[in-house]
Amino acid sequence: MTLDFSTPAHYLVALLPELVLSLWGMVVLLAGVWKKEEEGRPSADDLGTLSLVGLLLAAGANGWLYTAGSTGGHGMVTVDEFRLFANWIFLVAAFLSISISFTYVFRQRLQAAETYSLMLFAVVGMMLMGGSHNLILIFLALELMSVAVYALAAINRRDRRSAEAGLKYFLLGAFSSGFFLYGIALIYGATGTVDVLQIQRVVIQGEAVAGLLFGGIALLAVGFAFKVAAVPFHMWTPDVYEGAPTPVTAFMATGVKAAAFVAFLRVFLVAFDAVYETWYSVFWWLAAVTMVAANLMALVQSNVKRMLAYSSIAHGGYLLVALVAANETASAALLFYLLVYALMNIGAFAVVVSVARQGEERLQIEDYAGLGWQKPALGVFLTVFLLSLAGFPGTGGFMGKIFLLQGAVDSELWVLAVVLVMATLISYWYYLRVAWYMWMKEAPEAEAHAGVMTSMPMKVALVTAVGLVLFLGLFPSVGLGVAERSVAALFEAAGTMGRVIP
Amino acid sequence: MEGDVHGAHGAFEPFLPGLVILLPLVGFLLNGALALAAGRRSAEAVRQGREPDFMHGHERPLTHRLPTWIGPGVVGLAFVVALINFVRMMGADLHEPVIRTYWTWMATGSLKVEAAIQLDQLSMVMMLVVTGVGFLIHVFSVGYMGEDPGYPRYFAYLNLFVFFMLILVMGASFPVLFVGWEGVGFCSYILIGYWFTDREKADAGKKAFIVNRIGDFGFLVAMFLLYTTFGTLNFVEIFDQAPSVLVYGGGLVTAVTLLLLLGATGKSAQIPLYVWLPDAMAGPTPVSALIHAATMVTAGVYMVARTSVLFALAPAGSLAVALIGAATALFAATIGLAQYDIKRVLAYSTISQLGYMFVGVGVGAYAAGIFHLMTHAFFKALLFLGSGAVIHAMHHALHHTHSQADPQDMRNMGGLRKFMPITWIVMWVATLAIAGIWPFAGFFSKDEIIWYAGARAEGPYGQWYTLIWVACLAAAMLTAIYMTRLMVMTFHGRNRTGEKEAHHLHEAPPVMWVPLVVLAVLSVFGGWVNVPQAIQESFLGGFGLLPMAEWLHHWLHPVTGPAEEILTRYAGGFAHHAPFGGGELLWAVLSTSAALAVVLVSARVVSGIAYKPAHEDVEPTGLRRVLYRKYYVDELYDALVVRPVVRLSRFAWKIVDQGIVDGVANGLGYLARAFGWIATLFQTGSVNTYAFFLVVGVLVVLWRVAF
Repeated sequence: MTLDFSTPAHYLVALLPELVLSLWGMVVLLAGVWKKEEEGRPSADDLGTLSLVGLLLAAGANGWLYTAGSTGGHGMVTVDEFRLFANWIFLVAAFLSISISFTYVFRQRLQAAETYSLMLFAVVGMMLMGGSHNLILIFLALELMSVAVYALAAINRRDRRSAEAGLKYFLLGAFSSGFFLYGIALIYGATGTVDVLQIQRVVIQGEAVAGLLFGGIALLAVGFAFKVAAVPFHMWTPDVYEGAPTPVTAFMATGVKAAAFVAFLRVFLVAFDAVYETWYSVFWWLAAVTMVAANLMALVQSNVKRMLAYSSIAHGGYLLVALVAANETASAALLFYLLVYALMNIGAFAVVVSVARQGEERLQIEDYAGLGWQKPALGVFLTVFLLSLAGFPGTGGFMGKIFLLQGAVDSELWVLAVVLVMATLISYWYYLRVAWYMWMKEAPEAEAHAGVMTSMPMKVALVTAVGLVLFLGLFPSVGLGVAERSVAALFEAAGTMGRVIP
Repeated sequence: MEGDVHGAHGAFEPFLPGLVILLPLVGFLLNGALALAAGRRSAEAVRQGREPDFMHGHERPLTHRLPTWIGPGVVGLAFVVALINFVRMMGADLHEPVIRTYWTWMATGSLKVEAAIQLDQLSMVMMLVVTGVGFLIHVFSVGYMGEDPGYPRYFAYLNLFVFFMLILVMGASFPVLFVGWEGVGFCSYILIGYWFTDREKADAGKKAFIVNRIGDFGFLVAMFLLYTTFGTLNFVEIFDQAPSVLVYGGGLVTAVTLLLLLGATGKSAQIPLYVWLPDAMAGPTPVSALIHAATMVTAGVYMVARTSVLFALAPAGSLAVALIGAATALFAATIGLAQYDIKRVLAYSTISQLGYMFVGVGVGAYAAGIFHLMTHAFFKALLFLGSGAVIHAMHHALHHTHSQADPQDMRNMGGLRKFMPITWIVMWVATLAIAGIWPFAGFFSKDEIIWYAGARAEGPYGQWYTLIWVACLAAAMLTAIYMTRLMVMTFHGRNRTGEKEAHHLHEAPPVMWVPLVVLAVLSVFGGWVNVPQAIQESFLGGFGLLPMAEWLHHWLHPVTGPAEEILTRYAGGFAHHAPFGGGELLWAVLSTSAALAVVLVSARVVSGIAYKPAHEDVEPTGLRRVLYRKYYVDELYDALVVRPVVRLSRFAWKIVDQGIVDGVANGLGYLARAFGWIATLFQTGSVNTYAFFLVVGVLVVLWRVAF
């Protein structure tokens, strides 16, 4: 159908995936408190399954939106393919994260209904962030997502580290939100609008007040950089990622980051395209410093969860390269990489969840010794994820990096491309070290990994993630083709095209 | 018979061509799953201290019964699909190949490679040979490998091989061909080392793999050269543009063809890279028949025929192909004279026959090369399977009496015709075919190659072609000698197996001899599809009684036509007489009579030699020793190549790698970790610190944007 944005009712249709998820989040919440005293009360697993069903419904709605066109001007949300592709990433991230939570929630006796509904609400926030044209709505969505994730980080209230993580995240997040909002205010002052397309028009026509605009851009950049954990705005990340329950960490490291990047891309490449020269050098440095520093710091970690936290910061650095390149190839690569990254990173965290047995123990790298021989399937899976994170040929991570490099080279960012490759080389060391422990080290005792068990949803998530990572590595053109179309839709609507630095 | 090819009507409508490739893959997956299940079960049995159940007992488990149907079944079905396509192609008017594109395999910059297959007359012939002969060999394997514990694994590998071989012959571009090329190489490697617990056999697999890599290097470089020249790697586009883009006899096309030739010598076991093939006989005998005689080793010949346009443009490259072919044909035949291992004789015979095919495609008679490829697939598969039946029988007999004698050594055989009459007869059929006796298949195909080699003697490089022609004739006589020797030593004369053992000798079961009979029929009649015009009209063709004069030639014309045109334009056509006069018919009569005479004489001579069983025999002396030791080429390669490389590697490992490279790398690693450690010092865990750095970051960003 064709959506007519002059009719308010059609907004509801345009927001169908978000609405479905919002309602479903409430359903999950209610199901959790329903008949509390009776035997028939839904178990934690039932609630998890229920949330997965909600995600599938939202996915259906998202798929259906592909058939919808829009007329009558534009509203606060768009229905372009860019948004829909981003939604796939969030849905995949949430689906996998919930799938790997089942055992964790049960064993740690987390409040299942709250955990899952918060995840669904966070996804609503991500989707709105990725689909909005309006800075105010983007901010609201950012807060919706963030508040849900703050709570999720602290959801394990019996665990002091979890509470600490939640509080730290909240304090620093609130701090950075202030910058973000201030940036919006400055931009409104400079251009008189908060609509991305209109800002673009004003900026192109040179009617924006330069000082205010640049200040606004800088503060907005800080807000985003905090969410994607770019160095030096990353300080919270290792502590929060390590302290939060592992499935939540997986969710934060992929979904939140993806949402921030998608909104980042839309705002900067559409609204501020005309003043590219003012902001690209900031991102250039952010990307370079993030890649180098995060990888160096990951080298010295002996805790696998913390290592993965630094690794996710490093991946934020790789993705920032795409923003600096700011052309169509790089943008498509960004989408492709976000998808692959969600798959491989959650996959890796899934194995961490399994190995950790009772929640948050056995996280040291020594605990992985001999895992590959005692639990071959898990060992092979984790090896594939680690190789993909490192960017080994044949995996999706490799193709993602290749596409990112291609984007950087198209914009003639030679130095940044070299930094990316060097950083990747460093990363091989700490990824392969885990694999080395798994396969080359003897387990301390014959039954060291006997307690490592994987539930059915976890198995499904692992197999799906491995399959997709390998599929995207061997047949990348499938995923990249869709990503390229999505990006083309974004640029077409915005009237800008990928740039090449002269 | 022209009508069959050209008189037709309508476009060619392929019938599910992808299925031909897909079916063996499905077979591989199913059999592979069964193999895994079987492995898991026997591991369980071993852990519990039981014997794996398929070793003894009559009730075989499902994992060892299903492959009997799946393995040959999928290849048989693939053959049927190929046959349907063949019939449709015969009924159609097809001048341009039909391309089926499935998906884009890779697209980077200007390079776009698609997973596409090409259906034309050449790939059709190859598909039929691969699936047809492949099916028969699969059936034979049911009997031959029936008692092997790795039965499902064996069929999984064999199906996988057929899958890759079909990709090789059906691919529509160099990269796709290369996938098949490497795939069959890999399958060859795992099948040669199929009994991998035997160190020697595993080593033979490695040898094949490594020697082939040398050839692949040439292939790859040729591919890069073609890509930089044409900007594409698709066959159709390259061959269409080649005559206008490339200079006839120019340096580029000569380099490309020589590099392709290097690739072909590896895969098709030609001088200087032939050394892996005799050792490849370590694999199960049906594998030798399928991979190392009928299909994979002919990939080089197929490749030259496929790229015939390029070779036609490079007279020096073509001459090199023919020269190497002729030299190999003669050289390998002499080694075959002195070997005692029945499979080794056949291995050298294969190398020699492949040499003939190289001569065929080298002199520009591409159809003749493919023709010999086809007939050779029939009779050589038959010879190998027949030898397999013999070895099978010998093995059983020796096994019963716990004898340590070598079941493959012909000195231990003799007089087997009494015990295995069917095998004896069909092997004689194949021997007459390979020796080039009228009217068996090999007569027509080999004679055609020799004839065309001689017919080049007046064009450019005429003296060389005369030499090639002479070498081919000589090798043909040697072929007759060593094959007769093999037959007489194995089946005739006194039995040397031993009294007790002889009681246990018996004919192969029907599942083994039926494929042999089918192949025997093909070895007789297979040559009739391409009877030269001159012979067909003479008494040798029953004055026109033999059907289908030069049918294959006409059939392949759409593929080989462009190359033949180039040859005619630049090098002149083929002459109508041999170097020293005489027409095609005369030389055909001469060569078949000579071959027959040689067979009769050498049968008498060999029968007169009193062979002793292997353990009583002594090492031959003089020239025979040189031949028996295969001219010491393996030793030569070992001294000139293998050992220096090993020494160099050791130096690179100990001094360069462990000393210099590791030192630098470790040093850098420590440095990086030191930096990482310093950076983490800021990670205090305190929110105040974090907020402080956040503000610092904000200030830096503001400063960068503002100024």
